[in-house]
Amino acid sequence: MSKYVETLLKYATVFSALIVLVLFGFLTYFTLPLFAEGQITELFSLHWRPFHGEFGILPMIAGTLALAISALLIAYPLGLGICLFVHGLGPRWLARPILLLIHGMTGIPTVVYGFVAVFLLVPLLRNNFSHGSGFSLLAASLTLSILILPTIVLLINSQLEQIVPKLRLTTTALGISRIHELTRISLPAASYGLLAAAILGFGRAVGDTLIALMVAGNAAQIPGSAFDSIRTLTAHIALVVATDSQSTTYHSLFACGLILFLTTASVNLLLHRIKHRACRETNYE
Amino acid sequence: MRHGLLPSLFFTVLLMLFYTLPATAEELDRFAGLKGKIDIAGGTAHIPVMKDAARHIMTKYPQITITVAGGGSGVGIQKVAEGLVDIGNAGRPISAKEREKYPRLRSFPFAVDGVAPAVNPANIVSELTSIQIQNIFSGKINNWKDVGGDDAEIHIYNRDEASGTRSVFWKKCLNKGAVVESANIVASNGAMKVAVSQDRYALGYMSIGHLDNTVKALGLDGVAPTQENAINGHYPIVRKLFMNTNGAPAPLVKAFIDYVMSSEGAANISNHGYIPLQ
Repeated sequence: MSKYVETLLKYATVFSALIVLVLFGFLTYFTLPLFAEGQITELFSLHWRPFHGEFGILPMIAGTLALAISALLIAYPLGLGICLFVHGLGPRWLARPILLLIHGMTGIPTVVYGFVAVFLLVPLLRNNFSHGSGFSLLAASLTLSILILPTIVLLINSQLEQIVPKLRLTTTALGISRIHELTRISLPAASYGLLAAAILGFGRAVGDTLIALMVAGNAAQIPGSAFDSIRTLTAHIALVVATDSQSTTYHSLFACGLILFLTTASVNLLLHRIKHRACRETNYE
Repeated sequence: MRHGLLPSLFFTVLLMLFYTLPATAEELDRFAGLKGKIDIAGGTAHIPVMKDAARHIMTKYPQITITVAGGGSGVGIQKVAEGLVDIGNAGRPISAKEREKYPRLRSFPFAVDGVAPAVNPANIVSELTSIQIQNIFSGKINNWKDVGGDDAEIHIYNRDEASGTRSVFWKKCLNKGAVVESANIVASNGAMKVAVSQDRYALGYMSIGHLDNTVKALGLDGVAPTQENAINGHYPIVRKLFMNTNGAPAPLVKAFIDYVMSSEGAANISNHGYIPLQ
């Protein structure tokens, strides 16, 4: 019986791995004609005006990076703060409810955040600042930061949960304050978790489609300020995929897909390497 | 008073039966003996008409299932050509390239739709010239005070590249002119209505069939975007709405198309603000 299970699992693994490879091959295959026809240089131009024969996707790459990085800059310190609060800076009775709340947040569908942002956050930004319609980089990064917050908190927390209880008795006996213990001893020891949280949060932010599509405004321009309307690669694919499937406009989407695929793949590879190194280091101890 | 509710309810139901039965009896007869499933996808302007037709048919003939999805004109054409749906809706004719790739496609135009520039009901502007609209979309005018409104920035809302609504607005109102890159892009007629109804200083455009009191349609060069003006040719931004099938439609699909184009279907089309084609 266990033999069957083993073979079944083996095939399932091979199958899953194959799907990823096929996906990569598929995207490359469809991007190749762009290389062959020399249109690849057009892709890396600053203007997306498909009706005038310009297919630049640089604004979308810039939009994706600006959104992912700014969302991470908001969510990461917040997430780190929540973890420190839970592990000793805040009252102990609050720790469990907060973690439960964060766990609960992972189950909220993205579209709910997007919907709430469209009806609450966007009008708020529109009415309080003279520039822009509210659909902006700022609105999207605030919304997205809430989406990636649980990822960051849960990753750092899982690492601290392994480290803090082991150290607490010693540090308390040595008379080290909580803040010192957390910032000087626990956090450095949790460096893998800290890095992994940042990378995974970034990956999640790059891959999200719906929030950018609903809240960021989708203007294909290089963002000049936080109040500018921006378009991400994911939202770009969602918007353009319905066009005439025989046009260059449509074919350029495969290049966007390939860039996204490579970005998330490298994020995962990076994560794998860090994990590997972290495991080795802990073994030496 | 005590017996007020029941008799009035009874009367309402009777009235409803009176109005629906005689009309539906003949036009819906074409579905007698047919059963199966019709999948419809594509243009978002078509959805209200398709849903109403589907509801009438499925109420009388429960053995028939009709699903209606959006996706946009390009998706409609591609899906029907690849055999994924039975009817692919499009708010534009089939392009030369699509025609070349999918020679079997057949188009059934069934209605004319107008596309109207729209603003928030709180906006004091109620009319623009096409030159003004072109200047706003190209970025030469960016404040409402330059066109007779409040002193506030104009927030332009545009549609995605796949939109048939965008295509006709760009050709017939913007005269294929440039559009500023900072314009917001929304993905459907419905999303456009939400955006414009929320934003006091918005300027967008949408299919006449989607207009309601949450937004204000603008007069264009002195002509109001109404059904009458579209029929008599005074209002210029109009287009045909198409249903497309891959080759000759199967009997059930044919019955659906005939029903949409029947006198009852025409009433349904007019109800949603479009103009039925004979």
